[in-house]
Amino acid sequence: MEAVLKTAFPFIVFSAAILAAFQGVLMIVAYTVLAERKVLGWMQGRVGPNRVGPWGVLQPFADLFKFIFKEDLVPDKSTKFVYFLAPLVALGCALLPIVVYPFGPRIADPLGWLVPYVADWPTIGPAVAWIAEQAVNMPLTIARIDIGVLFVLGITSVGVFGIMLAGWSSNSKYSLMGGLRSSAQMISYELAMGASVIGVVMLAGTLDLNGIIEAQIRSPFKWFIIPQFLGFVVFLIAAFAETNRVPFDLPEAETELVAGFHTEYSALKFALFFMAEYVNMFTVSVMCVTLFLGGWYVPGLGKILEPGSIPYALVSHVAFIGKICFFLFLYIWVRGTLPRFRFDQLMNFGWKFLLPLGIANIILTILVVYFLNS
Amino acid sequence: MASDILFFIFAGFAIMCAISMVYHKNPLYSAISLVGVFIALSCLYVTLAAPFIAAVQILIYAGAIMVLVVFVIMLLNLDEDRRENRLGYLYAVGGGLGLILLAQTFFIFYAVMRAPQHNVNTDETAGRTISLGQAMYTEYLLPVEIVGVLLLMAIIGGVVMSRRLNQEQIETVVEAELERRQ
Repeated sequence: MEAVLKTAFPFIVFSAAILAAFQGVLMIVAYTVLAERKVLGWMQGRVGPNRVGPWGVLQPFADLFKFIFKEDLVPDKSTKFVYFLAPLVALGCALLPIVVYPFGPRIADPLGWLVPYVADWPTIGPAVAWIAEQAVNMPLTIARIDIGVLFVLGITSVGVFGIMLAGWSSNSKYSLMGGLRSSAQMISYELAMGASVIGVVMLAGTLDLNGIIEAQIRSPFKWFIIPQFLGFVVFLIAAFAETNRVPFDLPEAETELVAGFHTEYSALKFALFFMAEYVNMFTVSVMCVTLFLGGWYVPGLGKILEPGSIPYALVSHVAFIGKICFFLFLYIWVRGTLPRFRFDQLMNFGWKFLLPLGIANIILTILVVYFLNS
Repeated sequence: MASDILFFIFAGFAIMCAISMVYHKNPLYSAISLVGVFIALSCLYVTLAAPFIAAVQILIYAGAIMVLVVFVIMLLNLDEDRRENRLGYLYAVGGGLGLILLAQTFFIFYAVMRAPQHNVNTDETAGRTISLGQAMYTEYLLPVEIVGVLLLMAIIGGVVMSRRLNQEQIETVVEAELERRQ
């Protein structure tokens, strides 16, 4: 029995961690939608949703139930298999990067304080002691892999298929145009995004997201936004285009394409696309914070709290989420401020301005790194 | 043990996707199946302790090349390929080539079983990004440079072929084409 439990322990821990991380991210995403409606409302001199619960705080749940109980219409002449596959691909690829998010620093001994309290209890005492021993130096990342940056970029680039397949299978000209536009846009801006990341990777010397944060702590600037400001600007603009948000929301331009690639989707399938879009916003915010703003690192916090202790990890985690929320707010802010690009402007901007800027940033960084090392 | 089970799952998935890619008449289904093959292959690379190759496989093949392929299929709105038995004699050629491939597979199994057993290099760090980078930019610098020049040539070729001609150039091209057809 004990041996079985000890073998099953890692699976239980990973399942619990994955559940907690996915649930946490999805809750933040749900409230991003509410925040977007509220903030846009205030920016336009309206109140925003305020009927469900006090100040409308239960609105996301009301929306969810509405999506679940709505009639699910499937176009008669659609390609059924691809039509059902598309939202799953979109949301699956949006959720997968969660496993490499660096949620916080390592905790040296997370359960050590609990052991003395339960030491006298018959079975639970030794079990807790064993678990506490396993949990020493616990990382706040589900899968700490060597190639976190490439993993996130790769999975999000596969996410384009969800949108393309949705546009193709719906058998509607608006959907097809939306899908085509979106794939052209994402291919174009992926290059600029990858180019802007290379500078950070060169300075950090690793592709591991936690390793990049540690490299920022070691560097004299603390945050890579200072030596990599050009890369940060390119990354931020490319991130807006990658997530199909204003001012780059050409794939779902209401005035031209009804709703773009998801015109023919209703009920829960539409909700999956909707969630995928907001989870993607969250992902690029995480990347932005991790690569350029020091991730969970708060300058000077190590002097007040002991690094590796539980309060230090908690404050760092809250700082990480706070930085992400700033970028999520930036998305809403830009949506309330800027008009939409024209499609040829979008393509020219991506290929003739953003990509050269990203490559210039790479060359500059190479020169600086070379002369600093020699 | 666990890696054996994973190998059979991913290898089976890759083979199923490959068969479905060849057999589907709708080009879009074939393209989706090919993406499945690439994803299964990258999972196999992960089980072989080569995470960098796995990520690049997804990023380049599934995320860039296949997106372009699907893009072209959507743009041209290709229909199902309904040409039946247009190249009937190719079945015989295909069967012959398949037999040769089967014989090769058996020969490889036979040779491996006959060969003396070596200690396989199970260095876990071989597939890491840093060792790959060091190998590429020291020991294998020349092949990397050659491949780089080759890709650059392909890019320039693409740019030259897709550039817009002015009116005079179009007329010369059209005249040459008309002359050729007469």
